[in-house]
Amino acid sequence: MGPLIPNEVLDPGWNFLIAFIVGIGFGFALEQAGFSSSRKLAGMFYGYDTVVLKVFFTAGIVGMMGLLYLSLFDMIDLTLVWVNPTFLWSAIVGGIIMGAGFIIGGFCPGTSACAAAIGKIDGLVFLGGIFVGIFLFAETFPLVKKLYLAHPMGPIKMSELLHVSQGFVVLLVVIIASFMFWLGEWAEKKFPREEY
Amino acid sequence: MKTKYMNPYLAGVLLGLVLLAAFYFSGRGLGASGAMKRVLVESVYTVAPEHALKSDFYHKYVGPDKNPIHSWLVYEMLGVILGGFLSGALAGRLKIKVEHSPKITSRKRLWLALTGGILFGYGSQLGRGCTSGAALTGMAVLSVAGFLTMVSIFGTAFILAYFFRKNWI
Repeated sequence: MGPLIPNEVLDPGWNFLIAFIVGIGFGFALEQAGFSSSRKLAGMFYGYDTVVLKVFFTAGIVGMMGLLYLSLFDMIDLTLVWVNPTFLWSAIVGGIIMGAGFIIGGFCPGTSACAAAIGKIDGLVFLGGIFVGIFLFAETFPLVKKLYLAHPMGPIKMSELLHVSQGFVVLLVVIIASFMFWLGEWAEKKFPREEY
Repeated sequence: MKTKYMNPYLAGVLLGLVLLAAFYFSGRGLGASGAMKRVLVESVYTVAPEHALKSDFYHKYVGPDKNPIHSWLVYEMLGVILGGFLSGALAGRLKIKVEHSPKITSRKRLWLALTGGILFGYGSQLGRGCTSGAALTGMAVLSVAGFLTMVSIFGTAFILAYFFRKNWI
């Protein structure tokens, strides 16, 4: 039963090789989708190209439905799958700062690495900026520590917060995403632009 | 729309399956900024070990028997670079260039990219992960943090989009 390495089915010595292979798939999928182009990514926020919405939510749904089915078939022990803990305020404020970085710089960390890999200098410069940003955070950590740790909620899931089953949360996300896909297709017709 | 890229829904399924493989094998999802953090921590530790050991931030990752760069995310990101390169090579997209709107200069685009990168780097540490680690992976495991970070990132970008439109359209 999975997850194979935490569950000791597979020797932990394989973990970094698996990480590398998973990474190849990750980078390949991002680049194939067009995430190595900042103008394509930014198109999301102007309606002329909603590839970000489509890829992000399709991947999210495949991931969450996959986990749910694997657990229903007893193929994965969900208690061994890492859930990122929620710290209310840092998640919100961190997200706001990242959102500003996204619309100004046109990438996020993974996509900038992908862009740099195919020769985009703007991707490489964005990547350099990330290191500067992390360094600034590290050096100013004592100043923001209070915000960083404010309102801890632990590794809480949406299903626990809303007191519904996990399947119901997945169903809700699928319905919302389907509506957004429709909206995205509509926007691309309304604000057509040549592909960059 | 005619496109030289993969159908976005198909690419999404592919990305979702990669994410699922990460969960099934390693019990964890994808990430990006975490790898960059570890490279930075390793660099700071090499240049100024005492500073790193005293720091409230770095000390968690460094020490005599710790090796910050030897981590799952670092190997995964090396794969991302190779995977991105392979895809670009297959599609004939390998080209050294600065991509920007015709309304702005290359120089301006690079300054914006640097600024955006700095903000994203800072925000990813405050928010405990970026679009891949916190938002996508978090959403797939139904974590509250994942949904919050996702709404926060995309919501802010939408709200600010109007002010930066000349840089993109």
